[in-house]
Amino acid sequence: MSTNQKIRVLLAKPGLDGHDRGVKVVARALRDAGMEVIYTGLHKSPEVIIEAALQEDVDVIGLSSLSGAHLALFTQIMKLLSEREMAEDTLVIAGGIIPDADIPKLEKIGIKGIFGPGADTDDITNFIRSNLKRTI
Amino acid sequence: MTASPNKPKKTSERKTSSKHTELLQKRKEWEEKYEKLVKKKPERLPSFVTTSSVSINRLYGPTDIPMTWNYLEDLGHPGEFPFTRGVQQTMYRGRLWTMRQFAGFGGAEETNERFKFLLANGMTGLSVAFHLPTLYGRESTHLMSLGEVGKLGVAIDTLRDMEILFDGIPLDQVTTSMTINAPAAILLAMYIAVAEQQGISSDKIGGTIQNDILKEYMAQKSYIFPPKPSMRLIVDTIKYCSKKVPRWNTISISGYHIREAGSTAAQELAFTLINGFEYVRWAVKSGMDIDEFAPRLSFFFNSHNDFFEEIAKFRAARRIWARKMKEYSPKNERSLWLRFHTQTAGCSLTAQQPYNNVVRTTVQSMAAVIGGTQSLHTNSLDEALALPSEDAVEIALRTQQIIAHESGLTNTIDPLAGSYFVESLTNKMEEEVEEYIRKVDQLGGVIPAIEKGFFQQEIANAAYQYQKEIEANERTIVGVNDFAKDEQIKIPILQIGEEIAERQKKRLEKVKQERDSESVVNTLARIREAAKGDENLFPLILEAVKSYASIGEICDVLREVFGEWKGDLLF
Repeated sequence: MSTNQKIRVLLAKPGLDGHDRGVKVVARALRDAGMEVIYTGLHKSPEVIIEAALQEDVDVIGLSSLSGAHLALFTQIMKLLSEREMAEDTLVIAGGIIPDADIPKLEKIGIKGIFGPGADTDDITNFIRSNLKRTI
Repeated sequence: MTASPNKPKKTSERKTSSKHTELLQKRKEWEEKYEKLVKKKPERLPSFVTTSSVSINRLYGPTDIPMTWNYLEDLGHPGEFPFTRGVQQTMYRGRLWTMRQFAGFGGAEETNERFKFLLANGMTGLSVAFHLPTLYGRESTHLMSLGEVGKLGVAIDTLRDMEILFDGIPLDQVTTSMTINAPAAILLAMYIAVAEQQGISSDKIGGTIQNDILKEYMAQKSYIFPPKPSMRLIVDTIKYCSKKVPRWNTISISGYHIREAGSTAAQELAFTLINGFEYVRWAVKSGMDIDEFAPRLSFFFNSHNDFFEEIAKFRAARRIWARKMKEYSPKNERSLWLRFHTQTAGCSLTAQQPYNNVVRTTVQSMAAVIGGTQSLHTNSLDEALALPSEDAVEIALRTQQIIAHESGLTNTIDPLAGSYFVESLTNKMEEEVEEYIRKVDQLGGVIPAIEKGFFQQEIANAAYQYQKEIEANERTIVGVNDFAKDEQIKIPILQIGEEIAERQKKRLEKVKQERDSESVVNTLARIREAAKGDENLFPLILEAVKSYASIGEICDVLREVFGEWKGDLLF
């Protein structure tokens, strides 16, 4: 990074999914890579997640879902993000169990990086650094 | 380790000791020769470790087993204390393990059809996966259920769904395992009610509810209420079942999810056993005799990639449990038994080159069988991508059948006993568990340790270390960080549509219209009152489900009284 400002990332678990191994590993990897990581904890509604992103003034939102509810929940989250006029400068990425067929649908609603099982945390870090929507 | 040096030795002891000295000397010579070779040509890897990052020696021999080790005290024959070699005397020569494939998706209709398919193909026990709203005690129509209906398991809201789920399956002829924790009492009550409708009394049904809330706080995270009221619900269920549903396994004390969340094998075993001892403590404290409930406790473990480490874990599990339970002086030997179900490690499956997962599952199943499991679920090759398709499930079931009938693994009991390596690993596993027991005691017990986030942090640390080892290429995962291919293999994926949610909504509305709402209101009010005191909640829950109160409604009443658990934010 060119300045001392840290990239701020909100990692969120929308819905009822309790699988948090992946999100915790990513949280730690991003922190080790020098980012400021805020983790919402489990069982958060789209509204709560967007509110947290706004309060924390984050550059990135990372959504984790392994329960198959990603389309419904992520769509709702992206809708709220636009309504709050945060879509322009917030990078949204996702991880978990997301079938290939759903990836174009998620890209269409504005979710850029999608990282499934076996993803390397360095790839996630690099992706964030090169796709930020606002200058840090 | 050597025998006590201070006592004068008998001739036989002196002989053993001089034999031991000779063995140690020979071993030393062998190691020196090895070192010389390694200096010329180094070993393949800088260190050799298990899946749990435990360092493994290049060789195990008689000197790796302590001289105090005693066959009858440390192993015992199968069916004999401390049951290291197996809880049943005849093991698989008498009867094979139960092949129990976990299934559940969509609505009750779809899962009922899958159950019938599996039973027709030789499966011997049912195992129900519920969707997330059921696990969290929410109706399918609740806001938080958005997108989750029928996804990770079958949608059950009221007794009506349960009637459809078991339609055409006589409940006195199968045993059923239900993976349900916070609302376990409610689902068991529904099962009892369905059996009654089929004309089968509750003493004739058999099965298991997971009902293991402690590991939810640690790993699986499908908790609703705080630990103490949750423990009370569990004790109420155990008490009720000991009288009325005697063939029901009232808790399946589970390490599976702890391991899936990233723990090591030793942590999986330690945390599971520590939880087990806690349930025993609570039940005894409530006034029950050990033999009234201990024989119905069962366990559920993971079987991961490291063959010998897993086998050692299963053997150590039985020994530690039996030794600790003996302190309660049970009269029924079954109170000492650690019986367990095994599932192969979902977290070991790769989305890349998914057909390789069949091989992983085979190795893991072999470890479970050699480890003496009582029942087994084999994962399907597509589970890193989605819920399993019917074809994938069939291969998984066939894997068990091939092991059972073709591999020869079942011909003799505990075939690896006496292996220097396996016995040494088994001893080490026991030592690590003892160490964790001491640590948790120092933290004031299980519940305080959960509140402090101790287990959660231990698991998160292990998960992170594992991932880092893969990314540093210190650990090879075939098809992921080595032997990878660019081309993607396409396999058919089971997709659950949103129409399930629509159908579920309509059914729930219909049930609510048709039921006697006064009786629902009354039974819920009685649960609320009883929850504030210490009356056994189970009979009241049974009445409520029979009046077609929904899981969401019953849990909401309990939430009012008990409050909710907030979980942790640590990573």
